[in-house]
Amino acid sequence: MSRSSMWGAIGGIVRRDLLLAMRRRSDAAMSVFFLVIVVSLFPLGVGPEPAVLRTIGPGVLWVAALLACLLSLARVFTADYVDGTLEQMVLVPQPLAVLVVGKVFAHWVISGLPIVLLSPLLSLQFGLSGESLGVLVMSLLLGTPTLSMIGAIGAALVLGVRGSGLLVALLVLPLYVPVLIFGAGAVTSSMAGIGGEANLSLLGACLVLSLFLAPWATAVALRIALE
Amino acid sequence: MSTGINWAKYSSPQALYPLAGRLIPWFSVVAVALMGVGLYMGFFVAPTDFQQGESYRIIFVHVPAAWMSMFLYVVMAIWAGIGLGLNARPSFMMAQAIAPTGAMFTFLALLTGAMWGKPTWGAWWVWDARLTSELILLFQYAGVMLLRTSIDDVRRADRSSAVFALVGVVNVPIIYFSVQWWNTLHQGASVSMSTGSKMAATMLIAMLLMTLAFWMYSIAIILSRVRCIMAERESLPAWEEKPVTIQKIAEAR
Repeated sequence: MSRSSMWGAIGGIVRRDLLLAMRRRSDAAMSVFFLVIVVSLFPLGVGPEPAVLRTIGPGVLWVAALLACLLSLARVFTADYVDGTLEQMVLVPQPLAVLVVGKVFAHWVISGLPIVLLSPLLSLQFGLSGESLGVLVMSLLLGTPTLSMIGAIGAALVLGVRGSGLLVALLVLPLYVPVLIFGAGAVTSSMAGIGGEANLSLLGACLVLSLFLAPWATAVALRIALE
Repeated sequence: MSTGINWAKYSSPQALYPLAGRLIPWFSVVAVALMGVGLYMGFFVAPTDFQQGESYRIIFVHVPAAWMSMFLYVVMAIWAGIGLGLNARPSFMMAQAIAPTGAMFTFLALLTGAMWGKPTWGAWWVWDARLTSELILLFQYAGVMLLRTSIDDVRRADRSSAVFALVGVVNVPIIYFSVQWWNTLHQGASVSMSTGSKMAATMLIAMLLMTLAFWMYSIAIILSRVRCIMAERESLPAWEEKPVTIQKIAEAR
């Protein structure tokens, strides 16, 4: 298998998925809108005290990002599974794990990247500013691809299973714990003045590890689902 | 295989079923005996702790339960991996049989931990590294079992929950270290392989006896559960040593 044909396969999948998302923009907009609403609910719940909001801000933004990512997971494989495209993808000469990377990247561009871009605006609601705002964006930039990677495993496992929407949440949320801890920890420690570099490095390590293992596990799960 | 026992023989449910049936009484008896001795030593022989008083005695259940909860997850993942690699049905059945026992020990470790934490730390629950990772381990056990029950097709249920168990086994150490760096209150381990033990010899012996007892209990209960799973999946009476008749079932009741 030549290297160029692998990249060609990834590029083709990404282009196709992005095109499909552009044709149904409301789908992608929904999870972003969900994020905005959830984040805005917290000040209403805990009160408008600026000191409290600044303390919980990073955690709230990260948990909301986790949930928004979770909501969009069903879109990664379900449509292709229902109309049979997925079965064709298994038959393609390129390894399935490579195609999975393409699909996960497209999912991140559709649901993860808007969260990253929107986060500075949302964090202003919580009184984050200056350096910690930059660290938050950086942590989301490193963390959300990992969320998509891990989420793809769950999405593939519950493909076509009854009650899959809730089940995927129960499977995937425990796996998201390290990313949440490192992501929110990076922002908190930069606010405390000790710098977020250590946590950001760990987020990067999580990303590399998930990039290495998750596509392979997802491919195995997809083959099981398609048997 | 050249050695005495032909292990591959037991990769068929027909051979494993009677073997499990023969082994269960032995492991049960050993488990009960060890538990009796271990609890006696823990409650009556081991000295009172000079700092924590009598309340520390819960560790004779707590620590072995926590060890077993992690150990059983790894064993479950190994069976799941063997099942996926060799496509062996009994391996999946073993993985399925281990999950509830592992979840039970995880819950027991959390419960006894809370009972110990209240008098010692003054709180039922604290967000400490080991408690948090144990809680997440419980969630993962729940995930494995829920995924299995949600899928009707047995073959897919076996393989999907095996994949999830294997993903989880990669995740557990990462969670452990992440929460450890995040926040730590739990006391350092009193028993470690490298430095030896810091506790009285009788305490250590009691704890090790309880660990062995829980181990034997796990084997007994897992083997009897695997028999139930086989009975559920296959048309069992055909390979029972003696066919079960309706009268026999009635007598047993």
